[in-house]
Amino acid sequence: MMLGILGGRVYDPRSGKDGEVGDIWVKDGRVVAAEDVDREAAQTIDAAGLVVMPGGVDVHAHIAGGEVNAGRKMRPEDHRGHERARAGNVRAGAGGTVPSTYLTGYLYSELGYTTAMQASAAPLVARHTHEELEDVPNIDKGAFIVMGNNHFIMKCIADRQPEKARDYVAWLLGASRGYAIKVVNPGGVENWKWGKNVAELDDEVIGYGVTPRQIVQTLATIADDLGLPHSVHIHGINLGRHTSARTTVETIAALDGHRAHLCHLQFLSYGAGRDHVHKSEAAAVAAAVNASRGVTVDVGQLVFGNATTMTCDGPLQHGLHRATGNKWINDDVEGESGGGIVPIEYKPGNPIHGTMWLTGMELFLLIDDPWRVFLSTDHPNAGPFTSYPQVIKLLMDRDYRREMFESLSPRARREALLPELDREYSLAEIAVITRAGPARALGLERKGHLGVGADGDIAVYEERADKEAMFARPRYVYKGGALVARDGVVLADVSGHTFSVAPEYDAGIEAELREYFKKAYTVSFDNYSVRDGSGPPTEIVACG
Amino acid sequence: MSTLVENVACPFCGCLCDDLTVEAEGTEILKVRLACSSGQGIFKDYDPSPRRPLIEGREVEWDEAVAAAAKILAAADSPLIYGLSSSASEAQRKAVALADRIGAVIDSTSSVCHGPTGLAMQAVGEPTCTLGEVRDRADLLVFWGCNPDASHLRHFPRFSLTAKGALTPNGRADRTVYVVDVRPTGSSKKADHFLQVDFGTDFEVLTTLRLLVKGMEPSTDTVGGVPVARLKELVERMKSCRYGVAFMGMGLTMGSARQLNVAELFTLVAELNEFARFSVIPMRGHGNVTGADQVLTWTSGYPFAVSFARGYPQFGPGEFTAVDMLARRAADAAVIIASDPGAHFPAAAAAHLRRIPTIVLDHGPSVVSSHASVLFPTAAYGVDAAGTAYRMDNVPIPLTKVISTGRPTDEEILDRIIEVVS
Amino acid sequence: MSEPLTLITGRTRKQAIGMHKGKDSPEYRAATALVEMNPEDMARLNIEDGGQALLRTAEGEIELTAHAGSLPAGLVFVPMGTLVNKLIGTETLGTGMPSFKGQKVDIAPVAEREGAS
Repeated sequence: MMLGILGGRVYDPRSGKDGEVGDIWVKDGRVVAAEDVDREAAQTIDAAGLVVMPGGVDVHAHIAGGEVNAGRKMRPEDHRGHERARAGNVRAGAGGTVPSTYLTGYLYSELGYTTAMQASAAPLVARHTHEELEDVPNIDKGAFIVMGNNHFIMKCIADRQPEKARDYVAWLLGASRGYAIKVVNPGGVENWKWGKNVAELDDEVIGYGVTPRQIVQTLATIADDLGLPHSVHIHGINLGRHTSARTTVETIAALDGHRAHLCHLQFLSYGAGRDHVHKSEAAAVAAAVNASRGVTVDVGQLVFGNATTMTCDGPLQHGLHRATGNKWINDDVEGESGGGIVPIEYKPGNPIHGTMWLTGMELFLLIDDPWRVFLSTDHPNAGPFTSYPQVIKLLMDRDYRREMFESLSPRARREALLPELDREYSLAEIAVITRAGPARALGLERKGHLGVGADGDIAVYEERADKEAMFARPRYVYKGGALVARDGVVLADVSGHTFSVAPEYDAGIEAELREYFKKAYTVSFDNYSVRDGSGPPTEIVACG
Repeated sequence: MSTLVENVACPFCGCLCDDLTVEAEGTEILKVRLACSSGQGIFKDYDPSPRRPLIEGREVEWDEAVAAAAKILAAADSPLIYGLSSSASEAQRKAVALADRIGAVIDSTSSVCHGPTGLAMQAVGEPTCTLGEVRDRADLLVFWGCNPDASHLRHFPRFSLTAKGALTPNGRADRTVYVVDVRPTGSSKKADHFLQVDFGTDFEVLTTLRLLVKGMEPSTDTVGGVPVARLKELVERMKSCRYGVAFMGMGLTMGSARQLNVAELFTLVAELNEFARFSVIPMRGHGNVTGADQVLTWTSGYPFAVSFARGYPQFGPGEFTAVDMLARRAADAAVIIASDPGAHFPAAAAAHLRRIPTIVLDHGPSVVSSHASVLFPTAAYGVDAAGTAYRMDNVPIPLTKVISTGRPTDEEILDRIIEVVS
Repeated sequence: MSEPLTLITGRTRKQAIGMHKGKDSPEYRAATALVEMNPEDMARLNIEDGGQALLRTAEGEIELTAHAGSLPAGLVFVPMGTLVNKLIGTETLGTGMPSFKGQKVDIAPVAEREGAS
């Protein structure tokens, strides 16, 4: 099967193309050189005057797994009014901030996104994540495995056994068919099982005597030692608190040159403001990011409207429940993790929400290198991913941004830097922060670019002055060379596959784990691993 | 030559105990180690003899049965798909695909079990945990309106009452156990404290507990037949425990206040977290009813009582729940998967299944299979078919195909029906 | 006639074992064709321990073997299953859940009915 997208303005940052007119040829699902294609036999699209980009790559979203599904179950009110009828092979679905799985895949197609990473999965329930991901069509995907409150790892740290920790992590990634190491409020989630939390990098985890600093350093080192394609992915301590910016900067320092990706950084960039309203400390955080080596971030931009907060950060979610009075799910997962879910509505008139909104904007505008700051809304925590076009417009159009800024409560606006920040993102930079940058940080070689060998994941947009309208309605979207959406409407259901890693480890650890499982878990060691044959076809990405 | 299969998960109840060892010779199961008496039956009473599908009691080939089933569904205006809780999630996903394709109502046994629990969770949320947290941390257990001694026979030794864990090395001695019920049971006899409540007063007792947690004084000395002094003791213990866990069951979901009872308990548990860590776990009955909730939710947005009649999912407890669909004669055809509403529904609802064409997928004889229009004898999940099931605490457990009769799975039959109706 | 009693149904170990044997099996029948009652209620209604009782609701009537049990006055327990479901109505109060616990039931000794007819 051959496809030619002809004469479009190609934005392929990795190949250095910044809107130059050219053709993209796809054969058997991959981008190929023009000379490898039989033009007579190829189907061609006239893309003259249109913008051609690689398919979008979502570096961090909560789309499948136990926590996401609990959010769906809890929120029938989120689904009503957001239904989608079946059409041919395109399945029915429903959901606004937590769409059902088929609808999730289709909504991504309708934005021109073709890859998305499930932000967290506790290994004990990874089987669920993969089974659910199998029912998310039209995108390729992967899952980040939470380890920052893992008992075995904390014990290794306490016993000063970094090699054992490394072997365990390598085993765990293979067993859970994971893609990367995820850390969420290291130590804090374990402490929440005692009704407590952590507040400083050197606080102690109850029962282990290790610290968040040690957990982060251990896992960052392991990710580098194992040569994992993606760095350690960190949701830091103090999310939502006025101390977060300080401890974010301290966390960056603690990484000591190791690679790391700091997720939804907007939520972790606050300082103490006046009258119980935090203020943005995006400047300090951005400065630390700019000065660092090997740190990438996604912003987790807040979008006004409905959202569903769902994270593995148990104490955070309890705090949100207390602050909002909204219904609350908590789930403590033995030996590994925790988390919770609370619905929320973000309003421009609410000074706290306003501060959160401008913190995210300031991060985008103050972090210099677009290859290190990626677009996300921590879907659905700060807003649904269907709002990405709105965020793009805010970045590209300072008048629109100013208008939204003016609609915020005065208490949010008073110390904001944002009015002084005139920067507007270019189309090329948008292509970086939504495609090329995340793909590179994730180590997905065939994603985020349109060079020869790339997957035929392509989004073609009509250039419009209103950038939100432009990115909300791609003219054509291709997944592996197959047309999946046209004029912003999905028209095909295709399967995606899962990326995972299987780093080497000393197999001797399995005997120890077999014994460990008898005391530490309530499932058999042999039943814990996600077996071959379950979940979508997986592609193992090499380490090293 | 017998084979020994280890780490087999018992698919009977929501415990999904996965430490069984099964000895089999050919398709005969000789011995099952560690299963409780209910689980023994699942394996030992499975009849592996070859069976053919039936149309109106007449033996036919598989293709003919599939065609007959597809014909029934194509002609139906208001088909109902029901059951699901004793089949693997892979089959449940196919059931939803079929419902989507033909515009059916799909419901699981949740609706007559923990449906009200789901409604409560939708209203107020649910602070919960996995069973290992109970074993390792819980020093206070409250069993409300459930009787694990009768329904989940290994729950006490594996997870709760007597289980030994990291912070509970002395097992039973490290815990204080309450049972709240309307009558003494095998479970209440094992408790430290039994609160016998008057039938139909759980809501009042729960709301009184909430008042007491907030330091308020009730205006009576007894509530629901329980002295307030005893409720105060319970509250004291709940507010000062290390990690408390409540388990709830049909005593609350089947009570006259249905989901309001459950919501009151869930709210109490949430409020207790101001003082002590507390969680609640619903005692899910069937082996994979939790899976049915999960699958229906991720594919449609709603956990049970889903209608695809308009082409998109609609949620309607009381409308699209199976008992209501049948009692009101709103269904004109039914697909019953791994379940026996003929036995377990009120008779007037079960009677409607005899009036309408009924397609049954089940591994053994049941009331509903005895009058099926089309009967598919499928492989029993967890015995004769592998797959995935979800434990009561949402942990997914792989099921083992211990013997191989060659029967198709529920998943395979549903797939074939979907192919023909499409 | 006396006041109706409150019926609750539920799982028992023997009911589960019987179910696996098959709903036509003698084990299932023995496990489900019984009602546990408060001894004072039984005395008041002239039902013998081990005797046959007739249970009747607006939905139907069934005969069960009555046993004295640890029930509070006014409450009777019958194991879930095909027999007791003849007594349960289909009203679900908009939830999907019928009154498997809480159905009002009239109970009389079987001998009394035979004597009356």
